[in-house]
Amino acid sequence: MVRLRSILLFLLLFKCFGSIIAEEEDQIEQFSEALLLRPLPDRKVLAHFHFDSKVPPTRTHGSHHHLFPKSIYQLVHKFRVREMELSFTQGRWNYARWGGYDPISSRNAKPPGVELWATFDVPQHQVDASWRNLTHALSGLFCASINFLESSTAYSSPQWSFKSFATNIRYGTLPREAVCTENLTPWLKLLPCRDKAGLSALMDRPSIYRGFYHSQRLHLISNEFDLAAESSGMVLEQTLTVVLQPVTLGSGMTSSVGSIQQPSWSLSTLFGRKVSGRCVLSNASNVYVQLEPDLVSELKATSETQQQSDVGNLISEAWSDMSFEMSESAVRVIKEANGFLKESSLLYEFALENYSDSRPFDLEFRWKRPVTWSSQLAPLQARRFLMGSGNERGAIAISLKSVGISEYAKSSVNEEGRCLLRVDVFQVVPWYIKVYYHTLKVFLDERLHSLADVVERTNVSPSEDKVSPGLMEIALRLPCDVHSVILTLEFDKGFLHIDEYPPDANQGFDIPSALIRFPGIKTKMDLFEDKSACKSPILSKLQEESPVLWYTEVLLVPLTTPDFSMPYNVITITCTVFALYFGSLLNALRRRVDEEERLLKNKAAKPSGPIGVLLSKLSAKLRGKPLEPPPPSSSSKVSYKLILRVILVAGIAAAWQYFYG
Amino acid sequence: METMADAEPAKAKPRPIIRLGLFLISHSFIVSVACCAAGIFALLLLPILAKNTYISENALMPGSASPMLSNDDVSRARMFVNKVVSFDFKTDSSSIGIQDLVAQHITDLGGEVNFHRFLPQVNKFNPLHFFSSPDQGIAQENYTCSSYGINTVGFIRAPRGDGKEAIVLVTPYNSVKTSMGEALSLGIAYSIFSLLTRVTWLAKDIIWLAADSQHGEYAAVAAWLREYHTPSFDGSGRSLFESNASPTTGRKRPNDFLRAGTMAAALVIKVTDGSEKAERDVLNLYAEASNGQMPNLDLINVVNYLAVNGQRLRVKVEKLGSLLDSWWLRSLAELFHKLGTVARSLNPQWNFGISVAEYIEGSATLASSLYNQALGVPTGPHGVFRDYQVDSITMEISAKRVANYKNRPNELLLQGGRLVEGVIRSVNNLLEKFHQSFFLYLLTSPNKFVSVGVYMIPFALLVAPLPMVAASLFTDSTRRISGMGTKVASSPASSDIPAISFRSWRWLHAAKTVFIVHFWGAVVTLLPHFLSLVQDSSPLTNLLSWIILSAFTLLILQAILGSSFSLLHMNRTQGMEWTLLKSVTIAAACTGLCIMSVINFATAELGALMLVPMCLMTRPLMLDAKAKTLKSFIRAACNVVLIFLVFPPVAYYLWKGALVGLENARVGDFWNWVESLWTWNSATYIYMCMVHLPCWVLCVHTLLYPC
Repeated sequence: MVRLRSILLFLLLFKCFGSIIAEEEDQIEQFSEALLLRPLPDRKVLAHFHFDSKVPPTRTHGSHHHLFPKSIYQLVHKFRVREMELSFTQGRWNYARWGGYDPISSRNAKPPGVELWATFDVPQHQVDASWRNLTHALSGLFCASINFLESSTAYSSPQWSFKSFATNIRYGTLPREAVCTENLTPWLKLLPCRDKAGLSALMDRPSIYRGFYHSQRLHLISNEFDLAAESSGMVLEQTLTVVLQPVTLGSGMTSSVGSIQQPSWSLSTLFGRKVSGRCVLSNASNVYVQLEPDLVSELKATSETQQQSDVGNLISEAWSDMSFEMSESAVRVIKEANGFLKESSLLYEFALENYSDSRPFDLEFRWKRPVTWSSQLAPLQARRFLMGSGNERGAIAISLKSVGISEYAKSSVNEEGRCLLRVDVFQVVPWYIKVYYHTLKVFLDERLHSLADVVERTNVSPSEDKVSPGLMEIALRLPCDVHSVILTLEFDKGFLHIDEYPPDANQGFDIPSALIRFPGIKTKMDLFEDKSACKSPILSKLQEESPVLWYTEVLLVPLTTPDFSMPYNVITITCTVFALYFGSLLNALRRRVDEEERLLKNKAAKPSGPIGVLLSKLSAKLRGKPLEPPPPSSSSKVSYKLILRVILVAGIAAAWQYFYG
Repeated sequence: METMADAEPAKAKPRPIIRLGLFLISHSFIVSVACCAAGIFALLLLPILAKNTYISENALMPGSASPMLSNDDVSRARMFVNKVVSFDFKTDSSSIGIQDLVAQHITDLGGEVNFHRFLPQVNKFNPLHFFSSPDQGIAQENYTCSSYGINTVGFIRAPRGDGKEAIVLVTPYNSVKTSMGEALSLGIAYSIFSLLTRVTWLAKDIIWLAADSQHGEYAAVAAWLREYHTPSFDGSGRSLFESNASPTTGRKRPNDFLRAGTMAAALVIKVTDGSEKAERDVLNLYAEASNGQMPNLDLINVVNYLAVNGQRLRVKVEKLGSLLDSWWLRSLAELFHKLGTVARSLNPQWNFGISVAEYIEGSATLASSLYNQALGVPTGPHGVFRDYQVDSITMEISAKRVANYKNRPNELLLQGGRLVEGVIRSVNNLLEKFHQSFFLYLLTSPNKFVSVGVYMIPFALLVAPLPMVAASLFTDSTRRISGMGTKVASSPASSDIPAISFRSWRWLHAAKTVFIVHFWGAVVTLLPHFLSLVQDSSPLTNLLSWIILSAFTLLILQAILGSSFSLLHMNRTQGMEWTLLKSVTIAAACTGLCIMSVINFATAELGALMLVPMCLMTRPLMLDAKAKTLKSFIRAACNVVLIFLVFPPVAYYLWKGALVGLENARVGDFWNWVESLWTWNSATYIYMCMVHLPCWVLCVHTLLYPC
């Protein structure tokens, strides 16, 4: 136990400070699973699966594994990956309703489609090659078109706005990638129990894909190759975050008092399955139910028997019994010890060890009375939209609106008596959207500000046509009391070559999500718990400090598209133009006026065959001259010429066919 | 040509194509008459040549899913309609109550909502910003609080969509006095909205714009779209709103402007009271946007298909009522019908016959379609969307049941709701934006259309004689002049060439005249802008002052720039200047028509119908008077009549008279019509002032040419 704790402590410290701490090594591979459920304010439920695999370093442990997926291990070794994150997302995370401040949302809210970033432990000039190989390997592994991130137009290397202290990082997104069960199956194969036992057995495909948000994520850390540091092995963190709507009978919209009756739910109504026990290979297998701080305070406030509560008698308190009930009794209740927030969230823990096939775990959460609350919101609400119309130019606008909570101001940077909030904006733009970065304008509270006042740091690498996307990193320093910030950037719409258009080009082209980052504001849960309980990786993850992130919407830019359905017309008109050009050119080159006259005279003196007569009649008609009597002579010369001409044309045609056909 | 060919037999023969051109030019009279006749005939033939519409984009799949709109939704919508109808506008003096009601219902359904306040923007003609994109202009006038319009906008975010695209539903209603029809259209949108918050198949976001039409439907929708696409972030205009926004209810109003991606399509829903005698409800479709732009034909097809096959509605597009019972059209229809039957009796495969009624209906619809496109004024709020490249259509359900709504309330809501649901579902299926089907077409009935490939034939035939006649006149006059020159100088062939080349620049004088008149046309175009600066004047005075000012400027321009008169005097002896003038006029008219056909085809088509005969016919009256034959007399009479008819005000009054009867037409109407043209930024106005009017003046000039 002591060992475990120290390992976790070590991990925690390592990630916070990046320092090198030598600790005793654990020689055991570890796997743990957890599920966190959280009722959301808009009658939905968040389910967050968390699987965590650890393997000790190869130096001490060797390269044979019992639990850790071999494919990932090989991937890390082959491409020398230091850290990597891959996410498949469908739907949008609703920051306004589902929260944007807590660790789960800032870690697991991802842009739609595929997002991949990785840092490599290779020399600078090999990073791109490693990245390309990695994309192909992942593409095969996860049945997705991640290999499209191989092209240099698809990825970029952010310097500081995406991740602090990261070198050799590559970042790419595929906003249009459709996510489905074919991506989930290989992801599940990385788990030791797959979806046959344990919490992953809950993943009934129709249920989880029916949800409003679906994001499967794979996060990998290894420091195998860091020679200076004492290696701690690899950590593979796999999470699946879904937002589900519990099925309720009757669509009772509002109760008479105005507050919404929340739907009651259970695991079997959410997923259509029950958990029949833990995955036997896992070290820990827990289910948590989280109540958000605002909900807790709301429940307490509405309860008549509100007491000045202390931590110890939480379970026995009347307010929770009055508001909701759970079918199973929690092993323990973990309370957040939060400094500055009024109320703190609660975690109810259920251990799956106590359940088996004969007694499956089917947690039921039943509301007893209507309640409304709101989630913890990020300090600024970010939105991004397009401006302008037409096929020529437009503008991207990113708007940040304050939610009007001053508590965050306390935690943000204070210097010289002024409260300043730092916001990093990270935006990648494909090359065919030609952004003019000098047109960046910043409006604070509907007033145009000069960039020098607001922008602390910028890093712009303009796009290069057909080579690299444009990358913009801006660090803003905003006064804490700002209400609205709007950044606008103008762009021209470019033209693509005909074979660069993707299928369904008329849909338009995507601008990937921008990332708004609040590096000054860290989110974490300070869980107040007994020391022995720190064995669950999900809890340690929740306690890790991470900056608040916000991914904006994907934008769709309509570009001019050629009429693909008319290649026939194009071919026809091109051929006509060619024929006219070459015809008249050859005609002009070939014609000799004097010789024609002489020929005509000769012809008048010679008789010709029936074909010759016909030809001369025809030509006479065409030339608008009365038909002269056919000269009685053989047209051997004429027919030779005719044959020669035919042969020449046929030869040209054959050559053309041979070279271009 | 013949003489030249005879005179110089030694020279090489010109190429056949050149010879063909020369032949056409030399026979330009017959050719132009034949072409014009063929052009008009082809125009009359268009209803026969119309093809049946078909759904081009396979992804639309209209009607493949059974409608999900249930009676539950409809009864909820009915309650909503009753609330709207019984809403007491008197008690809520702030006139924001009904928006609150709508917003409350949207939030109850789980949608997001925001209010959009706007000032009604007065359409002002600004000649410098004519073709520019819609800009954000902030009205400077001081408006009182009550003159705000407040749009209520509801959003449904597609559960699994990525939010890149959106479908817009528009229901204009007057927030001050909501009529039964408007309430019903709100009810239809509400029923759809309540359905769509629950469905799982939604891939695009839904925007419901309940447009406050107390300042006009178009203005409300335009203001919202302007804010959506080109917002201004400077607070200068907005402080006005904030200061005056005093929420009477005390509730926090969501004032953040919400957005939802690129718009895929927009549907405007209206309900009007139909006639009692119609056996079925009628769905009127309006599609024309500004400058003759049309939405993709697929959108019309889907609506038509679903309305006819799904909801048993009778779909109508606008038609010109006065044509329906005109005798000449009927006799023409009978003629075509007879020809068709004869053709079919000869060969059963020749199946181009068309029944009389069908032909008349088709031509009336075609004429209306042509007229509306040519006018360049949108036929409803859908027109705004086209300015932002969004396909949109107005669906006006003209129900006989609105009157007896009390008896069978659900039926109309269910029918309309299911129709809209089907259309939304089809558009939702689309992966790409509308691009498969036609954008350039004329409708002859809701399910028949004439595509661009067919309807450009009449125009091409009408315009084709113009360059030919111009060339023929030019060669004619140069030959005569050179003939005179040779006679006078009696010089040998060696010195003939420089003389001709000198004289052949003579057309520059004519070109100068034409240029001056066209320049004057530009001045006339700008005059109304200055006239409109003078406040409070009646249309009649405006019109008169416009005409007088125009005539005055013409005189001034001629006095300053027009040395053409002196030239005329100088060359009067030759007497052939008018042919050159006519030739250049015709060339200018041809250029103008061709340019206009790119901008607005229908305008060019109708313009060519008027302009081409006039330009081809003109001939100095003096010449005809000198000739004193019956032929010349008829020609002179024709010329005078044509000139009279083609003068824009006269043409307008005649058209108006044909539509509503001459007794209803007032003199000032023309000014109002012109005003509407420029406030809607119609290119027809520019065409009229810069092509049609100068050509008319030049033709008058030619007519009165002293010979």
